[in-house]
Amino acid sequence: MTEESMDIDMSMPTNTVEEFLRMERMPHIWCPGCGIGTTVNCFAHALETSGLDLKKVSIVSGIGCTGRVAGYLKLDSFHTTHGRALPFATGLKLANPDLKVVVYSGDGDLTAIGGNHFIHAARRNVDMTVILINNFIYGMTGGQVAPTTPIGATASTTPYGNFEEPFNLPYLAESCGAVYVARWTAYHVRHATKAIKDALRKRGFSFVEILAPCPTLYSRRNRLGDGLDQMKFYRDNSEVKNDADTKTVGLSFQGKVIVGKFVDKDKPTYLDSMNAFYAQKFGDKYSPYKG
Amino acid sequence: MKADPKGVMAGAFFIDGDHACAEGAIAAGCRFVAGYPITPSTEVVERIAERFPLIGGMFIQMEDEIASSIAIQGAVWGGKKAMTVTSGPGFSLMMEHIGLAAMTETPCVFVDVQRGGPSTGLPTLPGQGDMMQARWGSHGDYGIIALCPNSPQESFDLTIKAFNLAEQYRIPVLLMLDECVGHMTERVVVPPAEEIEITPRRYWEGPKEGFLLFKAAPDRVPPMVKAGDGFNVHVTGLTHDERGYPVMTAPAQEKLVRRLVDKIRLNSEAIIEYREDQTAGADIVIVSYGITSRVAIPAIEQARREGAKVGHLRLITAWPFPAKRIRELSGHVSCFVVPEINYGQMVREVERCVAGRTRVERVSHGGGSVHNPKDIYAKIMSCGKEERR
Repeated sequence: MTEESMDIDMSMPTNTVEEFLRMERMPHIWCPGCGIGTTVNCFAHALETSGLDLKKVSIVSGIGCTGRVAGYLKLDSFHTTHGRALPFATGLKLANPDLKVVVYSGDGDLTAIGGNHFIHAARRNVDMTVILINNFIYGMTGGQVAPTTPIGATASTTPYGNFEEPFNLPYLAESCGAVYVARWTAYHVRHATKAIKDALRKRGFSFVEILAPCPTLYSRRNRLGDGLDQMKFYRDNSEVKNDADTKTVGLSFQGKVIVGKFVDKDKPTYLDSMNAFYAQKFGDKYSPYKG
Repeated sequence: MKADPKGVMAGAFFIDGDHACAEGAIAAGCRFVAGYPITPSTEVVERIAERFPLIGGMFIQMEDEIASSIAIQGAVWGGKKAMTVTSGPGFSLMMEHIGLAAMTETPCVFVDVQRGGPSTGLPTLPGQGDMMQARWGSHGDYGIIALCPNSPQESFDLTIKAFNLAEQYRIPVLLMLDECVGHMTERVVVPPAEEIEITPRRYWEGPKEGFLLFKAAPDRVPPMVKAGDGFNVHVTGLTHDERGYPVMTAPAQEKLVRRLVDKIRLNSEAIIEYREDQTAGADIVIVSYGITSRVAIPAIEQARREGAKVGHLRLITAWPFPAKRIRELSGHVSCFVVPEINYGQMVREVERCVAGRTRVERVSHGGGSVHNPKDIYAKIMSCGKEERR
């Protein structure tokens, strides 16, 4: 036993992420074995070591199981409408560029009903971090098919199996202009934490996809076992491939999961571009927009 | 407080109602506008886009009206006064976010320059068919304020008023222009900044400790803060308690939603504005708003020349509706005549207030043009004849 660990006061067990959470709202609504809470833990750890002024961090969620994340974090938090976290976040960030704006929502919310906003927020390169929890179905409403459901997987609205081509989200994000794109799973807690931290540091539209088990509605219906079985699946079937061509990282039903940091580049943000453009256009008459 | 002189383009101008609306927003302190092009409202955002870069404003053309109507709410929580602008089809898309703004008590302004509907309808031609949608368009119950200018000057004045009411009551305020008012060009006087009264946001000035974002003042309006000030606010469209935390119970719903309704209902006498002309002793009263209030004037004057005792009540606030005044007038008026460019919307409010005590006649017009004043005149005269019988 080291000196350090001897100093821990065991009479007051604390979790270092507690200070980032609204503990008065616990217990949370997520099912046993759900991966969303794990990702929140990663996010809290990323915040803890990010050096960010937490007063200036805002979190915006849409609707759904992941949409509830905003409400559990002790930050300025906005639980908006279904699919519209990104345009809300765009308004928030552009109104006050000093804020670090994080969008934290699910696959259905951000890429089905919110798909149009996703591609445009990435295109504009608005400075924000998007954390997308992909559990392959709509959880809150009972396990319906999503634009991320793999071909062959069943969902409550595809009882015979899904035949629609799903999105390859890293490829979508990169092709629309994201400056940072990574994918991890709820099994890869250290990698996911690091990816979130990197994304938070990035200027521009940064995107982290985290695959998370939904034992209640996805795993059970597809006879994939419980949350732990799904974590074992991630452990055994993930391949870390940093800088992989995002075209090649699409997901199939229980197939190989390519994880890693795929994109990390720099380009002017929306506000950088606007200020540079108008400064050139108007010269001294223009004061750079600062919110 | 007074307007920020940086934005106020004081002077007399010959501009249309859409441009006047843009100038009103700027004078009111609006520095964030999100919009999506749609006729006949686009001129508002075009002028904003031209004016904003040099006065520190942020205009963004969003990917659709849904995005526009929530980007402004993000901007409000970021500390800006914000507005979006649209017409019928876009207004339909914005309904969910009018509800969000009502539920989260986010002060902001929605401008709807009405055209003929339903659906794509008559993109370049007038209508007044969105009046009930303005009141009831989003699902659930909530109070709302909607204003109806009838000239470019009033478009300027009422845009400022819309922003002031939004801040006063922490509510979305709807400015209901119609295509004619939006595209009509007239003299508009923009007063100097020191003559423009602005309602500042009701920011909380007390201690952070124990602050509750949804704990209302006696007027039922809670104080505001903005993101980044260290309050760790939670804002949700779910039914919530005074902390803003979701509570899924009937008592929580009763407490919150009743207050959202009451804060307008119980303050309605302070909010309601209308203009009256010769209503005292009138037999017949025309109730109108927007462009139709001007089209009605030649009809009223002609009827008066022929001896009819005709009064005119023009709505400035369509919502809340001046129910008390209509009820009072129904004591001596024999007939209300309600011309509007729809098949009967605000007339239903008149009927509700009159409650069968006197006649209510509609002069309907489906849209695409204004009324022929002769139709309004004919209705007035037919009411008069009934009365004399």
